[in-house]
Amino acid sequence: MAAISAPSRRAVCPRWAGLAGLVVGLHGAVCAGAVLPEERADAMYHYYDGGGVRVTGPALLVRKNMADKLSVSGSYYADTVSSASIDVVTTASPFKEKRSEYGAGVDYLYSDSLMSLSLTKSSESDYVADTLSMDIAQDLFGGMTTVSMGYSRGKDTVRDNNDPTFSDYVNRYQYRLGVSQILTKTWRVNLDYEAITDEGFLNSPYRSARILGAAVPEQYPRTRDSQAVAFRTVKSLPPHSAVRLEYRYFWDTWAIAANTAEAAYNRYVSTAWLMELRYRYYSQNSASFYSDNFTQAQNFMARDKELSTFRSHALGGKLTYAFQSHPSFLVKSTLNFAYDRIRFQYDDFTDVRTGAPYAFDANVMQLFLSLWF
Amino acid sequence: MSAPRYRAVMLLPLLLALGVGGCAIEPWVKPYEREYLADPIMNTSRDPIADKHRQHVFDTREAARGATTSEGGGCGCN
Amino acid sequence: MRSVFKLCLQLSIACLLWPGAAALASEIASGQAAPGFTLKSLSGKNLSLREYRGQVVMINFWATWCGPCRQEMPALNALYEKYRSAGFMLFGVNVDAESANAAQMAGKLKVSYPILFDTDKKASALYQVNTMPMTVLVDRDGKIRHVQPGYRAGYEDKYQAQIREMLRE
Repeated sequence: MAAISAPSRRAVCPRWAGLAGLVVGLHGAVCAGAVLPEERADAMYHYYDGGGVRVTGPALLVRKNMADKLSVSGSYYADTVSSASIDVVTTASPFKEKRSEYGAGVDYLYSDSLMSLSLTKSSESDYVADTLSMDIAQDLFGGMTTVSMGYSRGKDTVRDNNDPTFSDYVNRYQYRLGVSQILTKTWRVNLDYEAITDEGFLNSPYRSARILGAAVPEQYPRTRDSQAVAFRTVKSLPPHSAVRLEYRYFWDTWAIAANTAEAAYNRYVSTAWLMELRYRYYSQNSASFYSDNFTQAQNFMARDKELSTFRSHALGGKLTYAFQSHPSFLVKSTLNFAYDRIRFQYDDFTDVRTGAPYAFDANVMQLFLSLWF
Repeated sequence: MSAPRYRAVMLLPLLLALGVGGCAIEPWVKPYEREYLADPIMNTSRDPIADKHRQHVFDTREAARGATTSEGGGCGCN
Repeated sequence: MRSVFKLCLQLSIACLLWPGAAALASEIASGQAAPGFTLKSLSGKNLSLREYRGQVVMINFWATWCGPCRQEMPALNALYEKYRSAGFMLFGVNVDAESANAAQMAGKLKVSYPILFDTDKKASALYQVNTMPMTVLVDRDGKIRHVQPGYRAGYEDKYQAQIREMLRE
């Protein structure tokens, strides 16, 4: 098999300056304004259980507005991972790991433009990720159209718990463009594009590939450019329901192409109860340097099931109860429970314990309280 | 005429029309008719904390990433 | 593609320096006679603008789903309580499809000025409401004197100054 050369770093950054000029310029002549995000506090307990991995933890989000112009938010998210996943079970021993993520953000409203800045720091024993994001959303044509742009820059440090001398980095660059358009009194459509470039150590120090059944370290390219285009439509079915449909197409320089499709139905069942039903389908083909079992050594070799050919189906829903009476300083309060059942089916990743293509089911649950003030 | 210049000349009237005309386009859904669009169930992400976690569950197990957040016109306020 | 970049830049500068573009959007303006309307109120009886000729009238268009509207109403209520005896009337014209929701919200916000239901949006169209909320001040002669789209904290002070000036006429 011919050696695969590292994908060249294509310039992914479009004409941002020109587009920014257009957006900022148009604001001077626009007819209607925008509003800050709602003030709220959310506390959640999340649970994931599938493929021998269990991840649980809390999440918090608080947002407060000041002087009608500024909105500040803070978030905390933690994962406690107990893993006996297929990767771990077949090559190592089960482990427990904790990851925490702190985030802070600021939104500034200037006429019809909403400018946002946010910082996130995620850390666990062998991985630290810092991300800085900037976004701007501009209302146009009387608020019928919203154009948004965003940029994120991430810097990660990768370590190895089994090898204290190992240390590497990942640089991440994300570019986002989005348009939201109101079509009728009950119908809105969105089109989004995102380009992501990663550069650095992109695999896991713990995982191995196989050559004729023998374990060898994985070799990944040091760069990856990806693009995704998504189309979303939300239609209200007055007076109580709404339907949402989404489709995303993804492709990257590792030769992976993926399709995501989702449908959701929301309905107010009564004054206090709101329910959502949703289904998500996902499929992808494998990376050019992926193989379940290589026949000979190559420049790049991966056996990460995330890069294999697989499909997943997720069926679930969310139930929301709106409290009918609450303290006067609250505008609204809800208690929510969400559940998804996901089935993963791999075509070219085998379960070495059985020799058959790997498949597993996962349960995802969220229980959260939301307060608006 | 060179190809880039041709493209610019063809694009110019469109962009001008968009820029100037857009400033004066009458919204066909008036701000007082935005009741359904402003409803939380019409929001693609009405519970950011939950949606962020659900998206994280998928992102860590799939190769695809990006183009997951989007927001848009709802209220027509201010 | 650099020509497209230059084009975008030129276009944005043009738009920035073209305040006239904003004026192209149709809007109700001060100096015009306030269009008349008759709407059903929360108390049950019909109220019309013409009945209040001779008083200073503030018409505030609002909706239950509009955040800034809900923020503004207690401040407007304070203005109503202060100046009603001096010949000031405040109409809270609601544009919800379900008037029951409006009645409930008005009760929660403890509003004492009349709430009118514009469920078929006729009054909103007459006044070319192009933002939510929209506040129109009409003088004793039935002429529109001030039109304020939107609400930001502090607008109520501006309204107070305008109302006092108009009450003195």
